[in-house]
Amino acid sequence: MRRRLFGLRNRRRMFNGCVLIFILFAALMFLMPTVLTIANSFMTSNEISANYGAMFSNMTEKKKVFIADDVNLKFIPDKVTFDQYKAVLIQNSDYLMKFWNSVILTVPITVFQILVAILASYGFSRYPNKFKSIIFFAYIILMIMPYQVTLVPNFLVADKLDMLDTRKAVILPAIFSPFSIFLLTKVMKRIPVSYVEAAKLDGASELKILTKIYMPLCKGAIVSIAMLVFIDYWNMVEQPIVLMKNNTLHPLSVFLSEINTGDIGLAFAVGTVYMIPTVLMFLYGEDYLIEGITYSGGIKG
Amino acid sequence: MKNKTRDQCGRRGERIFSNVCILPSFLGVMLFFLVPFCIVIYYSLINNPVLKDFVGLENYTRLFSNEAFTKAAKNTAFFSLVSVPLAVVLSLGLAMLLERNIPGKSVFRTFFLSPLMVPTASVVLVWQVLFHNHGTVNQIVEACGGQPVDWIKSPYGQLVIICMFLWKNLGYNMILFMAALCAIPRDIIEVAELEGAGAWYKFIHIKLRYLSPTILFVLILSMINSFKIFREVYLLTGNYPQDKLYMLQHFMNNTFNSLDYQKLSAAAVLLALLMIVIMAVLLVAENIFGKDVES
Repeated sequence: MRRRLFGLRNRRRMFNGCVLIFILFAALMFLMPTVLTIANSFMTSNEISANYGAMFSNMTEKKKVFIADDVNLKFIPDKVTFDQYKAVLIQNSDYLMKFWNSVILTVPITVFQILVAILASYGFSRYPNKFKSIIFFAYIILMIMPYQVTLVPNFLVADKLDMLDTRKAVILPAIFSPFSIFLLTKVMKRIPVSYVEAAKLDGASELKILTKIYMPLCKGAIVSIAMLVFIDYWNMVEQPIVLMKNNTLHPLSVFLSEINTGDIGLAFAVGTVYMIPTVLMFLYGEDYLIEGITYSGGIKG
Repeated sequence: MKNKTRDQCGRRGERIFSNVCILPSFLGVMLFFLVPFCIVIYYSLINNPVLKDFVGLENYTRLFSNEAFTKAAKNTAFFSLVSVPLAVVLSLGLAMLLERNIPGKSVFRTFFLSPLMVPTASVVLVWQVLFHNHGTVNQIVEACGGQPVDWIKSPYGQLVIICMFLWKNLGYNMILFMAALCAIPRDIIEVAELEGAGAWYKFIHIKLRYLSPTILFVLILSMINSFKIFREVYLLTGNYPQDKLYMLQHFMNNTFNSLDYQKLSAAAVLLALLMIVIMAVLLVAENIFGKDVES
């Protein structure tokens, strides 16, 4: 009996070990592109073209630098330099301009989308009625639509309101994107009614209930939804291309996608710089992200 | 919980306040999405923007005989049907593995979330390095004695895209599942254990039951994200990728660029209809599965 127990425990330990190794492997695979981008941003541009040039040799004119036939995945640079960063941040103001374009597009979108969403989700979660559930269903449909479907309506409106080629054309529709409303409504619906009733007995107005009960209780969810929204729009490519023909207004994400085919030496440094805001946000908000939408579940909430 | 909210009887002013709250969002959605979408429906029923003759469903029948559209629809359907269930199952599996007592759990969690941080364009660059004709994966394949494949420019491209989608989305889905697993009442599982329930029984009859709302939620999120994968495909391969990678979004983008609004509107309306059907099915499914665990 004792031997069997021992065997069982041993087997369990073995199994746990296997799980650990598997997870470690998977986790490293997930982390790899992040590390690669950061590590390669410290390479000299010659080294990068030598390693990755083969990918683009048929696109760009044959460069004089030595280009290996194979594409080499390389984590550790031969020589650590900050040349790429110097080129990106100091020598050429273009990248900083684009970075600023990204900020000026993404921050208003995130802030206002969240504000609209807080109000709307409050409305959806209190006193439900038939109309509201119909509207909510329409929102879900809208949310799930591929961007290419809403692209035509967006384009039409931007054209009618004379907003094409301005930042407004991208920002305004994005503010009313129902994604955050969907998430937040579900969280708000889980708030126990007894809290609200208690507040009402104390004479709190609806506005007070929203600001003093709902918002603090949903703080985690709000932060994590804001992060998701921010990341999504920080990486947008399609919207600016379609709605703003003027590429001085384009965010860095669009530019970054073009750089891949051209000056690949800088691509990693630009990518790393572009990663900074999201990394900072992660450091601040990872716990919210993990706990935020804890109550998530279902479509109606 | 839901029923309780329904029962609360507010005064009239309070009800109105809750309606007013929806108003800003509703007006915005009307202005930027619903009203223009009605125009799109109208466009899909006329022959061209100048003559504006009503042609009924002609645009739709033309669409179905359009080879590019059917190809794109097939590819997109295949991609979504494979990748979305995979994303749900794999992330649930990962969450259950991570639920065990494993050292460094929170570090792993961060690792799995890291794909969210990397800008799409940089990711695409890395994937190009991996799956290029002379890239890392092919080097490994060759080292193992296999035949190298041009991953991105061959039908295997779909595999690459599915991997990319999973890589990007598993992390967050996993987080959602982990939270849901934590929320399963401990006592129920303990009772089941006392009664001698096996691991499999516990999984099917207790955990899955409690997870079903989250599964639906992750399903929806994954669906939304599966449509967003176009961004990566586009950056990876441009406007006219290999046959198997030609997605509906490519089709719409290219029709948009060639200003064929009729075709485009008809495709948009069709897609919208499809989404409505899918969501309705999911809603019904939620009503069936989610009821007894909701409170």
